Amino acid sequence: MFPTPIEKTSRTWQIMYQALLPLALIVWLLPLIAVAMFSIKSSADFASGNYWGMPTSFELFNNYGKVFFDSDMPRYMLNSLLITIPTVIGAIALSSMTGFALGVYKFKSNLWIFFMFIAGNFVPFQILMVPVRDLTIGLGMYDTKLGLVLFHIAFQTGFCTLFMRNFIRALPFELVEAARVEGIAEWRIFWYIVLPLMKPALAALSVLIFTFIWNDYFWAVVLTQGPSAQPVTAGITSFNSQFVAQYHLMSAGSIVAALPPVAMFFLMQKHFIAGLTLGAVK
Amino acid sequence: MTSLAIGTQASPLRDIPPQKGWYRRNEIKLTPWLFLLPGILFFAVYVIVPIFQSFWISFHEWDGLGEKVFVGFDNYERLATDRKFEVSFWNNLKWLFLYLLAIPLGLSISLLLNQKVWGIRLYKSMFFFPFVISQVVVGLVFSWFYLPNNGLFDVIISSFGLDIRGGVLGNPNTATYGIIAAGLWPQTAYCMILYLTGLNAVDPEQVEAARLDGAKGFKMLWYVILPQLRPATFIAFVVTIIGALRSFDLVSVMTNGGPFGSTRVLSFFMFEESLSEFGFRMGYGAAIAVVLFLLMLCFISYFLWSMYQDEKGAH
Repeated sequence: MFPTPIEKTSRTWQIMYQALLPLALIVWLLPLIAVAMFSIKSSADFASGNYWGMPTSFELFNNYGKVFFDSDMPRYMLNSLLITIPTVIGAIALSSMTGFALGVYKFKSNLWIFFMFIAGNFVPFQILMVPVRDLTIGLGMYDTKLGLVLFHIAFQTGFCTLFMRNFIRALPFELVEAARVEGIAEWRIFWYIVLPLMKPALAALSVLIFTFIWNDYFWAVVLTQGPSAQPVTAGITSFNSQFVAQYHLMSAGSIVAALPPVAMFFLMQKHFIAGLTLGAVK
Repeated sequence: MTSLAIGTQASPLRDIPPQKGWYRRNEIKLTPWLFLLPGILFFAVYVIVPIFQSFWISFHEWDGLGEKVFVGFDNYERLATDRKFEVSFWNNLKWLFLYLLAIPLGLSISLLLNQKVWGIRLYKSMFFFPFVISQVVVGLVFSWFYLPNNGLFDVIISSFGLDIRGGVLGNPNTATYGIIAAGLWPQTAYCMILYLTGLNAVDPEQVEAARLDGAKGFKMLWYVILPQLRPATFIAFVVTIIGALRSFDLVSVMTNGGPFGSTRVLSFFMFEESLSEFGFRMGYGAAIAVVLFLLMLCFISYFLWSMYQDEKGAH
C-alpha cells in the first residue's frame, strides 16, 4: 500500500494525521459551509453587515419555506425530474442495445461505429447548438420538456454505449456461445442472458446520467425559456432575479437545487463511483 | 471469428428443420444492425449531422429565421480581426493549462486519503461530493465566496493586508483566474476519485519489493506508483481537457463574460453571438463553434488513437 499505512508510523505522526483530516475537510468545503450558513440567516443579518458572524436568529424553516411556497422553485424541480427520468430510461434502453451489438458481434465496421459514439460524446456542445435548436423549433418542440429529453437521450447514448460495450466485453462470452448452440434466438440471448448480467452497469449508468442531466445548464438555456419547461439549473437564475441580493433566500434556493444529485450520490455511492472510474484500473 | 464458426457448425447437430427462413439464416449478421438502428438513428440526427450542418452554416450569414446568405469565408475573416475572439481564445488556453492542475491536486488529495483510519470512507465521499453539485450552483457559491468586501475570500485576504479592487470577479485581471479556481474545485474531486480507485489496485508486492530496495517517498511515487496509475492518469487527462474546453456554465453564471468581456471563452462567446440580446448571428456563431470543434478535435483524435492502440492490444 502506498503511502505507508498510518498505523505503521510514529505515534505523533498518527495524531497529527487524525487532526489534519477534519481541518483539511473544512478548508475544502469552506465555500459550501459559507452558503449553508447564509441559508439559515435572516435578511436583517445581511442588512447589518453580519455576513460571517453567528446568525442572530435561526431562520432555516422560514427561508426554505419561502423557497418552496413563495417561488417557482417546486415547478422547476418537477420539470427537472420530468426531464431527467425519461432521459435516463431512454438513454439506457438505446445504449444497452447498441452496447450489446458492439460488444457481442464481430463485423467489419464494429470498431468504427464504436469510435463514432465515443468521438460524438466528446464534441463541444456549441457545434451542435444552432442545428439542434433549429431542428427542435422545426419539430415544434422548442420550450417543451420533450424537446430537451430527445436531445439528451441522443447525446448520452454516446457515453452510455462506451460504458455498456466495455462492460459486455468483460462478461464471459461462453454464455452467448452456449446459448447459440442451444439454438436460442439472438434477441432472447440479449433479453434473458446478457441483460440480467448487466444489472450493475445499468445501476451505475442510471445514477451517472441522472446527475449529468439534472446538472445540465447549457441545453436548458438553449432549448427552453419559461417556467413551463425550464429545469432547475436554468430556473435558479430567474429565481435569483426574483430575490435580488437576498442572500439568505438565494443560498437556500441553490442548496435545494443541488440536493437531488447529492442525495443520489450518497444513496448509491458504490454504483456512482464504479461508473465514474470505469477504466481507471486495467 | 472462431466463436461464430462454432455457432454455425454446431447448429446442424441439432434437429432444426432444413427449411429455415431468410431471417433465421442471416440472424447473426442482421441482429447487430437491428440492435444498433435506434441508437445510430438518434445519434446521427442529433449529433453527427448537426456537426456538418454547423460547418455549412458557418459559410453563411443567418439570423436564424430568414434566408441564409452565402458569404464564403467572410465569417472566418471577421474572426481573425475580432478582439473578442482573441480574448476568448487566450482565455481558453489559460483554462486548458490551469485546469490541468486538477490532476496533481487530485493525486495529492488521494495520497492524503489513501489510509485505513476510522471514518476515512466518509472523508473520501465528503471530499468527492463537490463534483456532484451542478456547475451553476458551484458558480453561485463561489461568486458569493468572492463577494467584494463581504465575501469570505475578501475577508481572508484582507486579514493578510491584500486587497483586490472590485473583488476577484469585478477585476479584469483576476476574474478569469477566479472562475478557473471555482472550476478546479469539482474537477480536482473527480481526479481524486480516479486516483483513489487506481491506488486501490496498485500491486502491494511491487511496493514491498521497492521498499526492500530502499525506495521511498517521492522516488517511490515516481518510479513505482505512477507507472501503475497510468490508466487513471489517462482518464483524468481526458476528462480534464474536455471539461476545460466545455467551460460555459461557470462563466455564464459568475460573470456573464464580464468585466469588460475579460472572462469570455469560445463556448460562451459563441453562445453570446448567436443567441443573446445582441442579436442572432447564427452564421458567425457557427464559425466560432467550428474553431472550438477543431481545437477539440486535436485532443479527440489523440484520445481515440490511444484507445485504438489499447483495442489492438486486447485482441
